Amino acid sequence: MLKQTEGSHAVAEAVALCRPEVICAYPISPQTHIVEGIGEMVKSGELADCEFINVESEFAAMSVAIGSSAAGARTYTATASQGLLFMVEAVFNASGLGLPIVMTVANRAIGAPINIWNDHSDSISQRDCGWIQLFAETNQEALDLHIQAFKLAEALSLPVMVCMDGFILTHAYERVDMPTQAQVDAFLPPYEPRQVLDPNEPVSMGAMVGPEAFMEVRYLAHAKQMQALELIPEMAKEFKAVFGRDTGGLTRTYRTDDAETIVVAMGSILGTIKDVVDEMRDAGEKIGVLCITSFRPFPLEAVREALKNSKRVVVLEKSLAIGIGGILASDVRKALRKLSIDVYTVIAGLGGRAITMKSLHALFQKLKHEESESVTFLDLDWNVVNRQLERERQKRRTGPAAESMLRDVGTVASKIA
Amino acid sequence: MSLQTVSFYQTGTFTVGNRLLAAEERSVQANMQRTNSLNSGHRACQGCGEALGARYAIDAAMIASKGQLIAANATGCLEVFSTPYPETSWQIPWIHSLFGNTAAVATGIAAAIKVKKHKGQGGDVRVVAQGGDGGTTDIGFGCLSGMFERNDDVLYICYDNGGYMNTGVQRSSATPPAARTATTMPVGPEPGNAFGQGKFVPAIAMAHEIPYVATATVADLRDLEYKVTRAMGMRGARYIHILVPCPLGWGAAAQDTILLARLAKETGIFPVFEAEYGEVKSALQIRRPLPVEDYLRLQKRYAHLFGKTPAVATIARIQAQADKNIRRYGLLAKEAA
Ligand SMILES: Cc1ncc(C[n+]2csc(CCOP(=O)(O)OP(=O)(O)O)c2C)c(N)n1
Ligand code: SF4
Ligand SMILES: [Mg+2]
Repeated sequence: MLKQTEGSHAVAEAVALCRPEVICAYPISPQTHIVEGIGEMVKSGELADCEFINVESEFAAMSVAIGSSAAGARTYTATASQGLLFMVEAVFNASGLGLPIVMTVANRAIGAPINIWNDHSDSISQRDCGWIQLFAETNQEALDLHIQAFKLAEALSLPVMVCMDGFILTHAYERVDMPTQAQVDAFLPPYEPRQVLDPNEPVSMGAMVGPEAFMEVRYLAHAKQMQALELIPEMAKEFKAVFGRDTGGLTRTYRTDDAETIVVAMGSILGTIKDVVDEMRDAGEKIGVLCITSFRPFPLEAVREALKNSKRVVVLEKSLAIGIGGILASDVRKALRKLSIDVYTVIAGLGGRAITMKSLHALFQKLKHEESESVTFLDLDWNVVNRQLERERQKRRTGPAAESMLRDVGTVASKIA
Repeated sequence: MSLQTVSFYQTGTFTVGNRLLAAEERSVQANMQRTNSLNSGHRACQGCGEALGARYAIDAAMIASKGQLIAANATGCLEVFSTPYPETSWQIPWIHSLFGNTAAVATGIAAAIKVKKHKGQGGDVRVVAQGGDGGTTDIGFGCLSGMFERNDDVLYICYDNGGYMNTGVQRSSATPPAARTATTMPVGPEPGNAFGQGKFVPAIAMAHEIPYVATATVADLRDLEYKVTRAMGMRGARYIHILVPCPLGWGAAAQDTILLARLAKETGIFPVFEAEYGEVKSALQIRRPLPVEDYLRLQKRYAHLFGKTPAVATIARIQAQADKNIRRYGLLAKEAA
């Protein structure tokens, strides 16, 4: 059914259609509307046979999820930013135990300085935690990916994170096609756990494993993610058969045939990039886009296939590996090993800094003539940075850097463009 | 049916000779149906009070739940000595997740059980969470308090040996004053653990007004089993804090584990009581109060108090704490008072 609704609410409804049995959550912007929505559905009885638990921290949220999933219940939670970091120990534990928990990450920057706006630093910081990570481009895709996520998680006994841009998607009202319960039931069978805490068949879970088998256990987790590389596209096909929509999959290409330049990105910024690409195509430029939906497992082959005929690849990412540069860019480079294609890293949109079409136009033009595979910080205000560096050269007690730089920026505290 | 009421105890213990009792009156440990939930063959030290406490408690919980029990376990000695595969000692469904999240894991299990039961897909399975004092009073305290506050249907059992034993005997917030640990060494002007610090979690649990809070020691099997059985007969958040001597960490002889647990109770150092909804309902009485010195002297962690010049003032402070417990929890038996 077509409806105009908020991204968070669309996700809440989609999760409810998946018949979750235990949901636990702790509030953090911009995730709040999702769990508020589901909480209300459970309390009103609209979502039956589901326990909604208001926990005391994100660490507890993931821990409750571990317990309920291990006891055989379909389990969901959602978080963002500081919340994701607060639960990290349990995040690794959930994947280590092989528990198919589904979690929404409403992507948001990580402090300090504290910042509630969107970038991908939170989920990307967990790239090696053993969870599958899927990135949504639109609210429709966010909704659809959640339905696929439960099926994928349960098929592999691995947890899945569905990442959607905080505010940009979570708080945006858009038209979405909400599936029916019958459709979701046809796609997603009841959860059949591979391992379960059951008094009639007692097992020990989470026992100590020494050097004699730890490598093998870890490798198995990797092997499962490799299996996901096959399963994710199959699931997208199956999804299309039931719902009639092309969502999910590992990657998608946009106007890449004959493209000399291909822009690689994840999440909602893809919409803006496609608009810029359309304009540039109109002007005769050979440019296209590669959308990464599955960040973990990282689809090396699909990425290589999509990029191999290009001359230049621009990886635009909303995260920064401090001390080296790009994160997604490093993965893309790995996919292109031994091919002579220039890969440019662009760090953009950190902490909610707007990524405008104007800036993207200028960037893509500029990179065409760039010799080195540089790291570009899109729309970075060099004045502010240089003034601070100069201050630090001049005296010792310069005080807190963020606050000094903010003073230089002036009254528009949350400058976004 | 007996014609004559006979009460009997072995000299110096409160252990009722099971052989002389009718089968239904025997302790769980003396019962043929005992489940050996924590089976033999684990790797605890000789005389480990925690191994004993866990076996007593979980066997009793198994009988009370008719075998329908799931346990969540914090990282710590109990988890480490019981699980290395393939020889896990656990005969019940058991999960270890992390050091500080056991109460929350148990909450999740209880939630899953509730939903499954409601859907007609599962029976009345009960949940026990267990951890050491570090995993309970320190790192797991947030999750524990959350579980209490929501009154989740979980029995949490803390095995208190007064320190982080698994990592080599460091101080926890349950380490008693003056005790030597690897991080409170008996050096400097105030040797051992500081006075005026630490917390007694049973009292904090009571402040949550949960249905049941009790303390116990491994010295009194029947009391321990009674409390576990009692707790299992209730719903909601329940907490039992069991004092479990640790020969390695306390520097005590392996054969003194029961003796030390009994002395902790008989000196007033460890009050043994039960409480409902925040109010103390009963306390095990001390028959003949003993000086704390009797308890302290048996443990090398207090050896610095008994050097060439005994630390009289320090011992007096510990005695004063024990006396305060006796007053606060009404521990003195009427006839002895
Ligand atoms: C987050 C985290 N911090 C520290 C540790 C190290 N650690 C493992 S067991 C343990 C001590 C456990 O002490 P306690 O809970 O009192 O149990 P005991 O071993 O004394 O029975 C510590 C510090 C850990 N496993 N995880
Ligand atoms: S160190 Fe203490 S608690 Fe740990 S196994 Fe040995 S006796 Fe038991
Ligand atoms: Mg301990």
